Amino acid sequence: MSEPLTAHADGRLAENILYFARALRAGGIPVGPGAVLDALEAVKTAGVGTREDFYWTLHAVFVKRHEHSILFDQAFRIFFRRRGYIDQMLAMMLPPAPGAPRAPEAGATRIHEALFSGLDDKLKQEREIELDTRLTVSDREVLQRKDFAQMTNAEIATAKEAMKRLVLPFADVRTRRLRPHPHGRLIDMRRTLRSSMKGGGDFIDLRFVGPKSKPPPVVALLDISGSMSQYSRVFLHFLHALTEKRKRVSTFLFGTRLTNVTRALRERDPDDALAACSASVPDWSGGTRIASSLHAFNKLWARRVLTQGAIVLLITDGLERDADDTLAFEIDRLHRSCRRLIWLNPLLRFDGFEARARGIKTMLPHVDDFRPIHNLESITALVAAFQGGDLSAGDPKAWMQKVA
Amino acid sequence: MNSFLLRPLPASIDATVALLGEAHYLADRALGTVLYLALKMGRPLFLEGEAGVGKTEIAKVLSVTLGRRLIRLQCYEGLDVAAAVYEWNYAAQMIAIRVAEAEGEHDRARLERDVFSERFLIRRPLLQALEPDPAGAPVLLIDEIDRTDEAFEAFLLEVLGDFQVTIPEMGTVKAAQPPIVVITSNRTREVHDALKRRCLYHWVGYPNAERELSIVRTKVPGIGKKLSEQVVAFVQGLRKRDLFKSPGVSETLDWAGALSELDVVALDPATVSDTLGVLLKYQDGIARLEGSKVKELLDEVKSELRAAE
Repeated sequence: MSEPLTAHADGRLAENILYFARALRAGGIPVGPGAVLDALEAVKTAGVGTREDFYWTLHAVFVKRHEHSILFDQAFRIFFRRRGYIDQMLAMMLPPAPGAPRAPEAGATRIHEALFSGLDDKLKQEREIELDTRLTVSDREVLQRKDFAQMTNAEIATAKEAMKRLVLPFADVRTRRLRPHPHGRLIDMRRTLRSSMKGGGDFIDLRFVGPKSKPPPVVALLDISGSMSQYSRVFLHFLHALTEKRKRVSTFLFGTRLTNVTRALRERDPDDALAACSASVPDWSGGTRIASSLHAFNKLWARRVLTQGAIVLLITDGLERDADDTLAFEIDRLHRSCRRLIWLNPLLRFDGFEARARGIKTMLPHVDDFRPIHNLESITALVAAFQGGDLSAGDPKAWMQKVA
Repeated sequence: MNSFLLRPLPASIDATVALLGEAHYLADRALGTVLYLALKMGRPLFLEGEAGVGKTEIAKVLSVTLGRRLIRLQCYEGLDVAAAVYEWNYAAQMIAIRVAEAEGEHDRARLERDVFSERFLIRRPLLQALEPDPAGAPVLLIDEIDRTDEAFEAFLLEVLGDFQVTIPEMGTVKAAQPPIVVITSNRTREVHDALKRRCLYHWVGYPNAERELSIVRTKVPGIGKKLSEQVVAFVQGLRKRDLFKSPGVSETLDWAGALSELDVVALDPATVSDTLGVLLKYQDGIARLEGSKVKELLDEVKSELRAAE
């Protein structure tokens, strides 16, 4: 596109579109410079006739996801009513906290602050000082068994480091694709012919293909209600590490409502990722409504993320106040729409744990795996179990029999 | 409907909407705009939406009204280049090698040129779509792209960005005239942004009552005025309920057709309950409408229609 589009009579329009694109970007719609050029071309092609046509023309170019339609609609209305309103709009559409200027080294401390906003500050400081002097490398052993809920800031930081190194190796699923394989059972005609041609075609050198497998998608549903508050942030770190290492990991947070934080967790820096997460979640440490959250997930997301043999990690203590038929129905549907449903429950840390709470009793029959997740050791055990394929320890039937 | 001859692309948004209307596809202004732009700018059109809202139909209607050939690529898991783009005719190649051997041909370069020539190339949909066609560039429908995997998506980038395909043994095939590309997705998986960036995006939603009514009347010609109104109002009412899967337009048409076949003049609770399987495909959705619920919704619909008169 060598011709300068902005130079002529439509310069004002071009400028307007440029500003509008910038506003959209600030509002969270990923709009690249290429899209601006496209928009100019599209407007020229369609000709700015009615307001409606103009709207849909820009919509066709700038919106690439259904959920962005609402943002676009708001931005369009405000922007093209009066130009001067752009600043106001930017202020309205910007997510509040994380965009604020900050010192580069503040990332860690910021999260630390956010991490314990619910705790007594004084207590926190005292403990921190006490522990900073005590914690050395040799403490790693102790840390392995320590419950996340009882950890101090410094310990959690170490735990996060350890978690980063964990690889969650779910058994690969076989795809319908084939790949070159020395002991495959099918002949790869294409490679066979090409390699035969190298020798002038005198003899046919057979090449084979075998099945190709790849790791299944992982979908994590993390409870962030009050009863889970000490755990949820640590688990988020775990999920961040997971997102970084694997393809196709989706993360949802739920308390009283469900939020998709997959994109936020893709931020490279864990502190940034967590800040982005908390900015998008309105219900940290509130109540739990597992049934309605699962309902929302089943209805809005299950068909979008549970394809190609996905594994679901449901991380919750299962303490649902109003456990009724809906909960049973929703967990059953969730179970039916994924390949494997794994329930990770920090409550299992207590040796005398019994599945007595109603919510737990309702959900237990519908999960494939029921495992503790409260300290580093249990996470490591989880990893080991999936690596070795020994899944007997997590059999939910054992827990159900205990109660009966 | 096959009587349409090749004709030029529509010259305005109104003309685009009218064009679709000729083949009984009633599009709203938003769809008309995005389709017009896609045709005019030579961009692929990416249509996303629930099942049964008429995404695939758009491509079919386009090919019929514009008098172009429709090339359809149905996506599925494991779809690969050999099934989507091209494949060599191995048996024929083998024979060619043997013949060359018998004739004492030992010039390797020449043999290679002969064996990997167009003669032995089997063209699959994507390659077909790039070839010149006397009837004008064809309509290429890539249906349900969310069913295939990321690997195939990555391959499509070259095809959709530059309308060309690279065959390692032969070189690059570039379309003289880019095809009209329509991609549909049910959103069972998020398609990568890199692919969407090359397309114009449109979310095909459920139509409003007014448009759905005209769709029903165009597609089910024998249907009575009262029945069609009730059917549409009932379906619109259902979509407001919290159902796992709301009925799409195609379900509405199926239902209207079924009722029309049964010689129903007006809806009553018993008929609705008996034929609900045409409309709702999930057991819990049907269970939710058992007993008095159907009557409730039907009464609502009827009183609304009476108020509108």
